Amino acid sequence: MSDQERTLKFHILRYNPQLNGDTPEMKTYEVVEAPGMTIFIALNEIRENQDPSLQFDFICRAGICGSCGMVINGAPDLACRTLTSKFPDGEITLLPLPGFELIGDLSVNTGKFMRQMSERVESWIHDKYADNVDLCRLEERMDPDTADEIYELERCVECGCCISACATKRMRDGFLSAVGFMRIARYSLDPRDKRSDSDFYEIIGDDDGVFGCMTLLGCQDYCPKDLPHQTQIAYLRRKMALVK
Amino acid sequence: MKVIYTDSLVIGGGLAGLRVAIASMQRGYDTIVLSLMPAKRSHSAAAQGGMQASLGASIKGEGDNEEVHFEDTVKGSDWGCDQDVARMFVNTAPKAIRQLTAWGVPWSRVKKGDRQVVINGKKVTITEKSDAHGLITSRDFGGTKKWRTCFTSDGTGHTMLYAMDNKAIELGIPVHERKEAIALIHEDGVCCGAVVRDLVTGELMAYVAKATTVATGGYGRLYAVTTNAVISEGIGSAIALETGVATLGNMEAVQFHPTAIVPVGILTTEGCRGDGGLLLDKDGHRFMPDYEPGKKELASRDVVARRMTEHMRKGKGVPSRYGDHLWLDITLLGKDHINKNLREVKEICEYFLGIDPVKEYIPVRPTQHYSMGGIKTKPTGESPNLKGLFSVGEGACWDMHGFNRLGGNSVAETVVAGMIVGEYVADHCAATSLNINTKLIEKFVKREESKLINLLNRDTGENPFKLKKEMQEIMMDKVGIFRNQADLETAVEELKVLNQRAKNIAIRNRISSSNPELVEAYRVPKMIKLAQCVAYGAMLRTESRGAHAREDFPERNDRDWLKRTLTSWPSEDMDLPEVSYEELDIMKMEMPPGSRGYGVDNTIHHPDTEKRVAQINEIRSANPDADRFEIQELLNPIEIPEKFKGKNERLGRGFK
Repeated sequence: MSDQERTLKFHILRYNPQLNGDTPEMKTYEVVEAPGMTIFIALNEIRENQDPSLQFDFICRAGICGSCGMVINGAPDLACRTLTSKFPDGEITLLPLPGFELIGDLSVNTGKFMRQMSERVESWIHDKYADNVDLCRLEERMDPDTADEIYELERCVECGCCISACATKRMRDGFLSAVGFMRIARYSLDPRDKRSDSDFYEIIGDDDGVFGCMTLLGCQDYCPKDLPHQTQIAYLRRKMALVK
Repeated sequence: MKVIYTDSLVIGGGLAGLRVAIASMQRGYDTIVLSLMPAKRSHSAAAQGGMQASLGASIKGEGDNEEVHFEDTVKGSDWGCDQDVARMFVNTAPKAIRQLTAWGVPWSRVKKGDRQVVINGKKVTITEKSDAHGLITSRDFGGTKKWRTCFTSDGTGHTMLYAMDNKAIELGIPVHERKEAIALIHEDGVCCGAVVRDLVTGELMAYVAKATTVATGGYGRLYAVTTNAVISEGIGSAIALETGVATLGNMEAVQFHPTAIVPVGILTTEGCRGDGGLLLDKDGHRFMPDYEPGKKELASRDVVARRMTEHMRKGKGVPSRYGDHLWLDITLLGKDHINKNLREVKEICEYFLGIDPVKEYIPVRPTQHYSMGGIKTKPTGESPNLKGLFSVGEGACWDMHGFNRLGGNSVAETVVAGMIVGEYVADHCAATSLNINTKLIEKFVKREESKLINLLNRDTGENPFKLKKEMQEIMMDKVGIFRNQADLETAVEELKVLNQRAKNIAIRNRISSSNPELVEAYRVPKMIKLAQCVAYGAMLRTESRGAHAREDFPERNDRDWLKRTLTSWPSEDMDLPEVSYEELDIMKMEMPPGSRGYGVDNTIHHPDTEKRVAQINEIRSANPDADRFEIQELLNPIEIPEKFKGKNERLGRGFK
């Protein structure tokens, strides 16, 4: 953190599809930097003091909820935990995440996409007995290391950065993408989920699934949670290739 | 006018709301969840450290059961809670966690054999039993006698919320995202849905339902610095207040968490201290044992937060450009432990502070964290004043927390209350048929519409962002961690003025569709009303209890104040809420008031306390062979939905 005050320049894509005749344009806002300033703080300052119509999404502002994915100087990332001090020239360009329906300005509809993804991969434990478990009895045991490994893959916050960083997704609209593969990997690792590899093959065993991935691995490079996309995609592919 | 009908309308897509929706759906009722954003982004996801449930599988949890959890919870509440509800809660918590296990939460598990832990600043080896291997493990938390807090690393809320939302998706429960309930529709003491605004298109519509459940979380954003998400503005509680019929409970009970980072107020979990982290002052001195020789860093949150503030007032804080703070030292836990069990904390430190907590101390200070107050409900979750209105989770005052909530009891409440209240909501749907006049719906939609039109048409007036900031500063400075008459009186007066000014808000961006300024404009007056409930309640309560600490009335005064504050707002013309009180009946308490065992005990006792203690002793000695279940039944029989009544099994003890 530097004590020296400087003026930051935010170049932000402005477009409100709700307004008839509105056209996308880049607008520049100047903000005096404060120590420890994040893009969350700066955008709120712009909204409160300069342009109250500016749209963006923040919820937890602590890097936990995944609401605030946006393209920051060319790279998709979580805006809430991006410190402005990271940018030596003080020029910050913000664009909404591509690959999602635009709500307005920096706000995109990740919710709709993620719900569809969850429905597509059936993102839940498949066990016909799960709802008949006797809740009074000791829970089913799980190997402690397995539990830790599942958590590793479940740290995804559905921010959408992997989608925006994915060239395959750009070319192939129905491509499931890293967020979906990670979810499949998480459930295939979970002994409580009774689905077999051939069940998973039904979901991801084609070009819209894991075989469509061009292995450019933007997902790996830009995942804010550093999830092991590369390993999991390779692993799923291998597993799927072995399904008869 | 668009009208959507359902059986069970749930406002809020966090853990509590989703659980109620799931219960409704599983019982065969149509249900819709309204959410400001995708449900998985709810503030429930931010719960880090864990969920309390007395499973007792870990060696340090051995001997735990519902009784011990009950005692801890009641002491934590400073006897301000509803003991019937606390009982329902502790008895059902093991079932809730086991259900979530079946639904996919990857709880951290017991690993047999030796492991090194830090207790009281020292490395100690504990040995987990081999027959516990693979069961859900637990960690230590403040104000608990046993290690009871079950966790998934420090992403507990995240994994719980994902499991819950995935379950809701499996059941096909629709979540209507980016929809905000701005008023409840009601008549003759019956609530029948809500007026809802689409945050993208700006469209107003009515959702009409047999049961309406508000599960919108706490009101932390009434304060300038809070650990809460930016959406935790208490709007669900406010629309209940604005019915003029429903009451809010214990709004002055506001918790400050000891360890939020400075300056931004992001939480670092109590698990840091539970796992052995220490609090240090500017001299590197571990000061908590000086104040609390028993529980030290792990007294309840209200006590630790006050001790920290006290210590900083003595000049022992670390000065910084953002004011004084203290240090949280987790370096002694070691890199492996931090990387595995405190990784969210590590990320937060790296990104927001630019420090590595493996090597460096974390700057912390007490920060607004939790709202014990909320929509007053019966143990069934229904408002006692407004039929068909239910509330659950942090937004409710179901009242298992009284004046201070224990760490790990909040996510636990969301899922346990969601389970229990969900059944009562379904019962209500079964027993009720909807008889609603469309004129009534129209009246409420029109009323809200004209309010919005007024806002959009006003040329000059108050700036909503500024009003909010002023309110947040008042709350921070005058209705904070320590309170006194003079400050509270000033706060009450200043908030009254803000309330008046809020009637004249004007906005610059005058469009009715997606418009963050318009949202601010209709929320801020609601928030100011809530702030008034908090400040006024705090001013009137001339005692100290749990998180409500009066410098001018330091005693917990059971004689005069063993009662729940109820606030309502019967008329729009009033500039202060109406306050009344509901006595807590000691003669029905399973655990009559006593000492918490931490903090200062200067209680002014109620005459009934002695009577009840004698009565309980008599009951116990008259039934020497009664087991703990029979004793509970004799002391305080409670109602729990039939399907959750069974005894809970524990390792090595069966169902005893």
